[in-house]
Amino acid sequence: MSNDHGHHKETFLSKYVFSMDHKMISKQFLITGIIMGVVGVAMSILFRLQLAWPDSHFPILNWLFGDKWAPEGRLDSGFYMGLVTIHGTIMVFYVLTAGLSGTFSNLLIPLQVGARDMASPFMNMLSYWFFFLSSVVLMSSMFVETGPASGGWTVYPPLSAVAEAMPGSGLGMTLWLTAIILFIVSALLGGINYIATVLNMRTKGMSMNRLPLTIWAFLLTAILGLLSFPVLLGGGLLLMFDRLAGTSFYLSDIYMNGIGAMEQTGGSPILYQHLFWFLGHPEVYIIIMPALGITSEVIAVNSRKPIFGYTAMVISLMGISVLSFLVWGHHMFITGMNPLLGTVFLVMTLIIAVPSAVKTFNYLATLWRGSIRFTNGMMFAIGLVSLFITGGLTGIFLGNAALDIALHDTYFVVAHFHLVMGSSAIFGMMAGIYHWYPRMFGRMMNKTLGYVHFWLTFISAYLVFFPMHFQGLAGVPRRYYEFNILPEFAPWLDVNVFITLAAILGGIAQLVFLYNFFSSMAIGEKAVQNPWSANTLEWTAPVEHIHGNWPGEIPTVYRWAYDYSHPDSDSDFIPQNVPDKGAPEEVSYEPVTPVAPEEKETPERVMFWGLLKNWLGLTKA
Amino acid sequence: MSSNAVNALPTWAGGKSPFRVSYGKFMMWIFLLSDAFTFSSLLVGYGAVRFSFPSAVIEEISFGQDLHEKYHDGFVETMQATGVFSESHWPSPDLVFNHFPFLHGLHLPLLFVSLMTFILIFSSVTMVLAVEAGQRMDKRSVAINMFLTILGGLAFLGCQAWEWTQFIGEGATLYSNPFGPVTFAALFFIVTGFHGFHVFSGVVINVIIFLNVLRGTYEKRGHYEMVEKTGLYWHFVDLVWVFVFTFFYLI
Repeated sequence: MSNDHGHHKETFLSKYVFSMDHKMISKQFLITGIIMGVVGVAMSILFRLQLAWPDSHFPILNWLFGDKWAPEGRLDSGFYMGLVTIHGTIMVFYVLTAGLSGTFSNLLIPLQVGARDMASPFMNMLSYWFFFLSSVVLMSSMFVETGPASGGWTVYPPLSAVAEAMPGSGLGMTLWLTAIILFIVSALLGGINYIATVLNMRTKGMSMNRLPLTIWAFLLTAILGLLSFPVLLGGGLLLMFDRLAGTSFYLSDIYMNGIGAMEQTGGSPILYQHLFWFLGHPEVYIIIMPALGITSEVIAVNSRKPIFGYTAMVISLMGISVLSFLVWGHHMFITGMNPLLGTVFLVMTLIIAVPSAVKTFNYLATLWRGSIRFTNGMMFAIGLVSLFITGGLTGIFLGNAALDIALHDTYFVVAHFHLVMGSSAIFGMMAGIYHWYPRMFGRMMNKTLGYVHFWLTFISAYLVFFPMHFQGLAGVPRRYYEFNILPEFAPWLDVNVFITLAAILGGIAQLVFLYNFFSSMAIGEKAVQNPWSANTLEWTAPVEHIHGNWPGEIPTVYRWAYDYSHPDSDSDFIPQNVPDKGAPEEVSYEPVTPVAPEEKETPERVMFWGLLKNWLGLTKA
Repeated sequence: MSSNAVNALPTWAGGKSPFRVSYGKFMMWIFLLSDAFTFSSLLVGYGAVRFSFPSAVIEEISFGQDLHEKYHDGFVETMQATGVFSESHWPSPDLVFNHFPFLHGLHLPLLFVSLMTFILIFSSVTMVLAVEAGQRMDKRSVAINMFLTILGGLAFLGCQAWEWTQFIGEGATLYSNPFGPVTFAALFFIVTGFHGFHVFSGVVINVIIFLNVLRGTYEKRGHYEMVEKTGLYWHFVDLVWVFVFTFFYLI
């Protein structure tokens, strides 16, 4: 198969830029995600400076943002809101959706199910380039005259719908919406591909009940994205028309000084919130489920034990997926919804605690009496479990409508979601990077630096987000610009200083990671084929990346992915492609070709430039 | 769960789809599923805005000849003056969409949109015939039916253009609506426009497939599955129209 492609001359463009190879696309997603992550984290540290020292002047801010947005080194209030908004958008969509799911779905789905590539490599490439374009458009929002979008990452109307509402509601907001629409296109192209690949392209013997839990998580994540992103697309289109064409889907009866301020009436701002959170809530599971899948794999491999409760893990993932569509109203308890409806959302929300708890208990049970190897990936996976529990517990508070009315829009909410989906998903992503780095780059990351990175990040995550619970319980609201104006909040200024110092520590820890990540590509120890003695199929492929993944036939799967420390075996792991010793030929497989039907004739299999030439008639088709 | 227990379960033989469809057709299905959610979000938005207004009380309107006469001397103005069209009531579609080309001055509620709907559904029929002919590898019949489908799509788009022109000519825009609340017109333009955009894309795709049929691409390939895939899309667009028609014109 790989030889079939020998006649395509690989140029720099076709190999590194417009690549249709899933392994290269996954690296592209990862590196773009890391760059966006650096920007997002740096933004959070910059606006934390303002929260800790509201009246101080920092020459660095002036140097970065100029006299307009940081006069004399103090952040402009509108620009502060812009930084908060762009930080949230980058972290939620660009790092933890595309950077996490895009990277690992692309890398692991074909390798772990035993496919040569994605179902449609061409769409896969388009998915990355829509994401890239979207990132560029989002960042350009920072550079327009009226400043970046600044209505918060949820961009509620009317702030987002009325271009004159505040400076950030102008062109910056339009660019934000454009970026998100491009992002949705990318997510849909990716998601359709992931689902089709998992269901249709599995190798012989890879039945659904033998899929590694990573793949289950990516599959369900893709389904969530497929069903929820289009709703934001619809909502975003309507918002775009409200902004640019004078419609009033989300605008109604805005009065200023007793006078109707706008001609646009007849719509409902709450409608936007419903459409947004119908995406927004599944979105948090789109973020956390790949991280949970990665954790399942990393914990099982490094405990040298089968994952505890494989079926329960799959069912709980399915349960989370279904429930995630039924709970969006818990973001809207204070919009004046019918108390009965609020109660329904409350009950649904609290039920999600059940599958989540099943997962955490299964992680603990897998660790229990395992021969644990504390690799860097394992440390981060255990870190995820810790943060997921801590953050999840406060979810039970916030899911209660009565408590949420008091806690809404306070730092309690900030603490909750940063722990349960922010930090834990980052930890899951880090676990994945450390674990699959040898698979991606053929080298090992430096272990010592990995430990330094883990401990600094783990400690700073708790130091940053834990005190916020107390702030929130005391009623400190989020998204405020200066806390020294209202005397009620003055006592919390010292805590803000503490949190900011911890955030700077966390930022420095990421520099260790960046150094380790990029330097290991060149100077890291060369990886062996299966450095973690893992069972899944990606470790049966050669270390160097080849088009088509396996030089010969795709391995056949004879067992599930978690045969670690099997009592009947001398080795402490049995890879999925090893047949049972002495067992009769258990399944009479139909003779099949390893290539999927249609593969040879699909024009998508031709490299991008070849395709373009065909269209332009430059070559004989 | 030991490996033996897992092995005891029926296993996957690989290389073919669990749903007996190729991955390409499967991807079309799941794309349509996601597109259905986009339309749903718009229609749910429509519902939320629609039911925040009471419906116009149409029992009090005298139909027939009376209305016909009023039509000539400012139908819309009369309706506004009598309070049938007001910003606080959702207008009755019967009174808004009552025109037909070349039949000026007649009150023909929903007749034109019925014709549009008929054309679109009929184009679905020709699409089915094309798919069926493809399964028989009958190139000529595929080409004829694809061509008829394209004609149907273009006819539908032409009808929609006429209806929009009529509606705009009476003063409806994205931010003004002589018939009632402004959101009525805005939603009409957005949702039927979004649907029309889908029809337009479908026509473009159909033309590409039609040309490929003529060039014999699929005959060489040995199957007409691409016709089937575009057929799925085309039927989906028709199905969506049934919902749009129901929500905007019938309710």
